[in-house]
Amino acid sequence: MSVDSVVDESAYDSGALDHQQVGEPLLRVRDLVKDFPIRAGVFRRQVGEVQAVSGVSFDLFFTETLGVVGESGCGKSTLGRSLLRLLEPTSGTVMFGDEDVTTASKSRLRQLRSDLQMVFQDPYASLNPRLPIRDIVGEPLQIHGVPKKEARARVDDLLTRVGLLPEHGNRYPHEFSGGQRQRIGIARSLALRPKVIVLDEPVSALDVSIQAQVLNLLDDIKDEYELSYIFIAHDLSVVRHTSNRVAVMYLGRFVETADRDTLYGAPAHPYTQSLLSAVPVADPRRERARKRILLQGDVPSPANPPTGCRFHPRCPIAQDICKQETPELMEIAVGHQVACHFALGPGETLLQRTEALGRAVDIAST
Amino acid sequence: MSGEPLLSVDNLGVGFKTDAGVVQAVTDVSFEIYPGEVLAVVGESGSGKSVTALALMRLHPRNTDTTGDLMFDGIDLLKLTDAQMRSIRGRDIAMIFQDPMTAMNPVFTVGEQIVEAIRVHNDVSKKVAWDRTVDLLQLVGVPEPKQRASQHPHEYSGGMRQRAMIAMAISNDPKLLIADEPTTALDVTVQAQVMEVLHDVQEATGSAMMLITHDLGLVAGSADRVQVMYASRLMESGTIDDIFYESKNPYTRALLDSIPDLETHKERLDPIPGNPPSLLNPSSGCAFRPRCFMSAEECAQSVPDMVPVGEQHSSRCFRVADINVSVGATS
Repeated sequence: MSVDSVVDESAYDSGALDHQQVGEPLLRVRDLVKDFPIRAGVFRRQVGEVQAVSGVSFDLFFTETLGVVGESGCGKSTLGRSLLRLLEPTSGTVMFGDEDVTTASKSRLRQLRSDLQMVFQDPYASLNPRLPIRDIVGEPLQIHGVPKKEARARVDDLLTRVGLLPEHGNRYPHEFSGGQRQRIGIARSLALRPKVIVLDEPVSALDVSIQAQVLNLLDDIKDEYELSYIFIAHDLSVVRHTSNRVAVMYLGRFVETADRDTLYGAPAHPYTQSLLSAVPVADPRRERARKRILLQGDVPSPANPPTGCRFHPRCPIAQDICKQETPELMEIAVGHQVACHFALGPGETLLQRTEALGRAVDIAST
Repeated sequence: MSGEPLLSVDNLGVGFKTDAGVVQAVTDVSFEIYPGEVLAVVGESGSGKSVTALALMRLHPRNTDTTGDLMFDGIDLLKLTDAQMRSIRGRDIAMIFQDPMTAMNPVFTVGEQIVEAIRVHNDVSKKVAWDRTVDLLQLVGVPEPKQRASQHPHEYSGGMRQRAMIAMAISNDPKLLIADEPTTALDVTVQAQVMEVLHDVQEATGSAMMLITHDLGLVAGSADRVQVMYASRLMESGTIDDIFYESKNPYTRALLDSIPDLETHKERLDPIPGNPPSLLNPSSGCAFRPRCFMSAEECAQSVPDMVPVGEQHSSRCFRVADINVSVGATS
């Protein structure tokens, strides 16, 4: 797939032209850092820190879905929570319009949260079991002083909108299935008519037959309410389905960002390629024809990240420089950024590069 | 498949007695596993796939009502005494569980636990068993196996723990390996490693494998035959090509259609409407009927039987004759 394709319909579809299309970004994140202290001893002295998010920058545009994908422990959930200050970021800025979310006062933050909302992964843990659905969905309205009568009508409308019935409002969370609970979580996030919703693994706790229902619902309300999403997930197929642009995260950093079709069609970072090659596809013929690169080892601990490029201990094409110098996220084509000293060219596979270097790589036999 | 089946399950039923009534978790499940083959069992949570596996190991609690015939290598497993069953469990049939953190004992070293698994079934010295343990850890790709054998499970990463579980499972050269969601707790890059190990050991030992998973992608890459479960029953069984390209069951088809694909982009997914049914009060008729795009009147009357629709292919649907278009063939 060529990156520098001419301006045409498919470019719009792929999301490549979204920024030209809509101008100013809605959310501008710069150098966001979140460290968690490691404490030890009687006095709980800080002896180190876990760098969960270390210097992430990106823009989110109007009605865009930015997918953030990575393995567990890469910092994607911490990133999502830091954006809304559910976790206090250590440093960096999150500009929403002209306002820095990271320095907003408590009362101002409360107002900002009407624009910035979140849907959580676990629909069993994120709904208060002692409140009826009507109160769960209506709580944000109550906090923001919407009159009771109006709030009630809006809750009924929201429940209908997410595929439930107004009379469900009197029931409690335990009376609902996982998929229905996730719909309730979505209704709650919509209550204040936000502009940006951070979706943290919104379908990973659901069965496959239910996932598609919720993904379609998210798609519908995005159009209807003109929302922008930050879609955090570990499932690359789901991210491909939902996102206009995708950021791949590894140990606290973005290693590659591109519009959806470029990222999946011509991934330039060795980690992105290995990740894509590791995902099984539900098609036996394609599976038999695939050559799967097996990465060595596990993701290292973020408490003690490798020097230089954090992927170098597992990277089949790493050189000496990768151990010493941290590669910056560089633009290699319009809208396509990669943090790699030896980024792969369009159409070039990691396997070809590895073989060209005369190195051995583990290939799965199935 | 040729020759005698290794395991032959006939009309298996598993019911759990609860305060709210009997939950029929497995109903009328019949299938065979042949030596050396990989049979995948797919289904959503609550479909009965794990319960089926636990029934084969006879690991269900006392309040369980298990019926049917479980013939393994000429022995009816349900007729064995507990002591006889213990001599088969872990030796001839071994199981790999989803979560290696809870499946291993945290207070013993990984090596001690594998040694125990060996010595329960073999009259060998600790020294011999320890050497074999180190060899097994090496085989499953645990680096520095000598040192790692003396470590406790918490010192292992998730992928390494699952490798150790595999080492323990194959320590007595089982004829049948049951892997219950072996990679669900792992990341994709580690999942690829562990599946590769599982394949290598399965090939090396020549054992048959029953792979239980909800991940259709994993099935496509690793199974010979597949059976699809829904609401305690088998819905369809066949070779992987039968199931993925020539499915004769509306549930299987709907399931395949509902998953997003890594390599192609669909504007809109085709979800299965509704929710899986409760097993506490099963309705009469086909369990999938309320969600089925081709349900007819007869589907509400009675439960369809599994009917053969090909050489190794059978489906539970009244309307099999009306399903004849090939699906998903992107070869």
